[in-house]
Amino acid sequence: MSVEILSRIQFAFTVAFHYIYPPLSIGLGVVLVLLEGQYLRTRNPMYERLTRFWIRIFALIFGIGVATGIVMEFEFGTNWATYSRYVGDIFGSALAAEGIFAFALESGFLGILLFGWNRVPSWVHFLSTVMVALGSMFSAVWIVVANSWQQTPAGFHIVGAGLTARAEVTDFWAMVFNPSSVDRLSHVLIGSLLAGSFLVLSVSAWYVLNGRFVESSKAAFRIALLVATLSGLGQLFTGHRSAEGVSVNQPAKLAAFEGHYPASAPADLYLLGWVDNKTQTVKGLALPGGLSILLHQDPQAPVKGLRSFRPEDRPPVNFVFQTYHLMVAIGMALIGLTLLASWLLWRGRLWQTRWLLAVFVGAVLLPQLANQLGWYSAEVGRQPWVVYGLLRTSDALSKAVTAGQVWFSLILFTLVYALLFALFLYLLTKKIQHGPDEHELSEADHLSPASKRHNPAMSHEAPGAPAADLAHVSDL
Amino acid sequence: MMTFLGLDLAVWWFLVVGAVFTGYAVLDGFDLGAGAVHLLLRKEESRRIALNAIGPVWDGNEVWLVIGGGTLFAGFPVVYGTVFSAFYVPFMLFLVALIFRAISIEFRSKEPMAWWRSLWDGSYSVASVVIALSLGVVLGNLIQGLPVGADREFHGNWLTFLNPYALLVGATTAALFAQHGAVYLLLKTENRLFARLTLIVRQTLRVFTGLYLLLSAATLWHVPHMLTVFRAQPWLFAVPLLTLALVLSIGRLIRRRRYFAAFLCSGSIAALLLLTVAAGLFPVLVRSTLNPAWNLTIYNSASSEKSLGIMLTIAAIGIPLVATYTGFVFWVFRGKVRLDEASY
Repeated sequence: MSVEILSRIQFAFTVAFHYIYPPLSIGLGVVLVLLEGQYLRTRNPMYERLTRFWIRIFALIFGIGVATGIVMEFEFGTNWATYSRYVGDIFGSALAAEGIFAFALESGFLGILLFGWNRVPSWVHFLSTVMVALGSMFSAVWIVVANSWQQTPAGFHIVGAGLTARAEVTDFWAMVFNPSSVDRLSHVLIGSLLAGSFLVLSVSAWYVLNGRFVESSKAAFRIALLVATLSGLGQLFTGHRSAEGVSVNQPAKLAAFEGHYPASAPADLYLLGWVDNKTQTVKGLALPGGLSILLHQDPQAPVKGLRSFRPEDRPPVNFVFQTYHLMVAIGMALIGLTLLASWLLWRGRLWQTRWLLAVFVGAVLLPQLANQLGWYSAEVGRQPWVVYGLLRTSDALSKAVTAGQVWFSLILFTLVYALLFALFLYLLTKKIQHGPDEHELSEADHLSPASKRHNPAMSHEAPGAPAADLAHVSDL
Repeated sequence: MMTFLGLDLAVWWFLVVGAVFTGYAVLDGFDLGAGAVHLLLRKEESRRIALNAIGPVWDGNEVWLVIGGGTLFAGFPVVYGTVFSAFYVPFMLFLVALIFRAISIEFRSKEPMAWWRSLWDGSYSVASVVIALSLGVVLGNLIQGLPVGADREFHGNWLTFLNPYALLVGATTAALFAQHGAVYLLLKTENRLFARLTLIVRQTLRVFTGLYLLLSAATLWHVPHMLTVFRAQPWLFAVPLLTLALVLSIGRLIRRRRYFAAFLCSGSIAALLLLTVAAGLFPVLVRSTLNPAWNLTIYNSASSEKSLGIMLTIAAIGIPLVATYTGFVFWVFRGKVRLDEASY
């Protein structure tokens, strides 16, 4: 395989694996703020137990998110050196801003979140929770801004030609608020809220079904359901806005979303279908003129299709079509689920509707899938460009890197991430089975603090003893 | 070129990138060092205390690396692309080691079995050493220069990075961090574990001092171009001389029980060594061994002035903020480690 395809597989694999975790952190962060806020307001120890429990889960997720996140930053340089030189003036500044403003905030305060319970007043702890939640969102802000610039470049000009050609910033705020960044950012953030709140819904529903921690689980379920219901409805709006933006800024991608080939004709909206690239047709169930209605409120309005782009400028159509439609279908299912659960809760029948709770236990996978699929359609839909209309993916590679090197790292990451994922699932399941209990560690495991073992002869008042006298401490 | 307070923006940005990487070396240096000496502690409780000594801060310290990468990408994208693709294999090993360090700290305490814990202890320690070693190896290669062509691309092969001088820099980095981390652990421990650590500090200090002297001799003999600037500006010799003085004074500070001073001293050594390298290379970032005209300097590899100006504003607002709340977190977790139910 060529360096290009290997590097693309590696970046896609590492970023997709990474993206399991940040949406959970962002969503859980908000739920944590609500739970701990409830605790401060009511002083009900139930909320403290819940907060502590979900912080432990958060720490596990956050830890893997951090560990797998640095990989992409480095890959820009290692695998996509030409891209780095081309966009560094713009993309690099967004990445640096992410590190300075977002990542430092969440990582700095995470220590207090995890280990600070007995060291700071409860309001400082709460403030740290807020900072961590904000930090994880700011992170999304800068990363999505950078990615949106790749989709809809703005606020720049091209300087130089050939080897030294690159994009330079002319208007920082036009770059930050490029045509797609606000729509895509809100879509990503709400997708994250869905991921985090559905994790809480799943675990809480499982406890209720099994009759464990019933009261606290119902409380957590209610809070998470509120977040999930509002997010689901919000996603309708941001999703629609994003699609409208794509139709204006990246018409080739929109045409691929719906498999719309005619250069200029009214376009249908498919519920499901299969794109045949040879005959340039879609077989499936469609709402005639549906896409034209959504975009222009007129079933006869023409939509720019794939045939108005040269074949080498078109993305892989069927893949983009399928991932996009699956994402939309899952989104609708999530809205249906949360609305039904909210209605039953309001009518006081939710806790008796055991089948629905069972559905919620499994539904934790749905927002994850939708988030993944949405990114696949967004990123594959941008192809063959790495920066839309400016730089082709095939031109963005590192020239100094060979296929053998990328094979080496790809195999390495596959093995390491497989191990990482297995361990993550094992530890997550274990923590969940343990539940929001007072003590996480068992008595046998809980060693006495060093401070209790008072030994004046060896205390730090007399550390200067010669090595021979200290031989007996070598067992420590 | 546009200037600010009499210095070019490119020079300012060189200082920012340098300061952030120095911050990383000083801060994560002690975490990595604590990892490097971890296996020298034998008992479960000792290892737990050592882990919890860095527990609340290592993640925040690692952020300086992320910021360092971001500032290098933003300020000198040409160098970012060339250097990262040139060291493909060591950087991949470095990334995997970073992952293993993070998950070892996180996963170790999650199961009580002895085999589970010693497994993660091992991977934690090996990963910490590999991180220090690979950073040092990359630095060693940058000091020597790389086969960079007129196309600004690296023209070596994937084994170019493995050479005796770079390995010596790598080993010295690992020893420096080990020494720095051992001193940090002195600050966080008490009683018998503390006494045990005073022995470890002595050993690591001996290894580091030996490697440091060897490396200094090797640098004078093997990479004389580093001396050009120092010959032109003899007052700069104050930097390596001060480094030497600090290396020789750590042992005495520890004997006099001035542990915090010793810790500042070992942190300063890391900073001064990087300053020496920066002074020796400036204004070159990547020296081409093929043709000096192909050197990547802070001028021919920098982003546009507009971008550097914007980024300087961001750094001027952001980095003091980061330093402030990093300081706050360190202050919250000051003093000796006490294990409680929240500990690893």
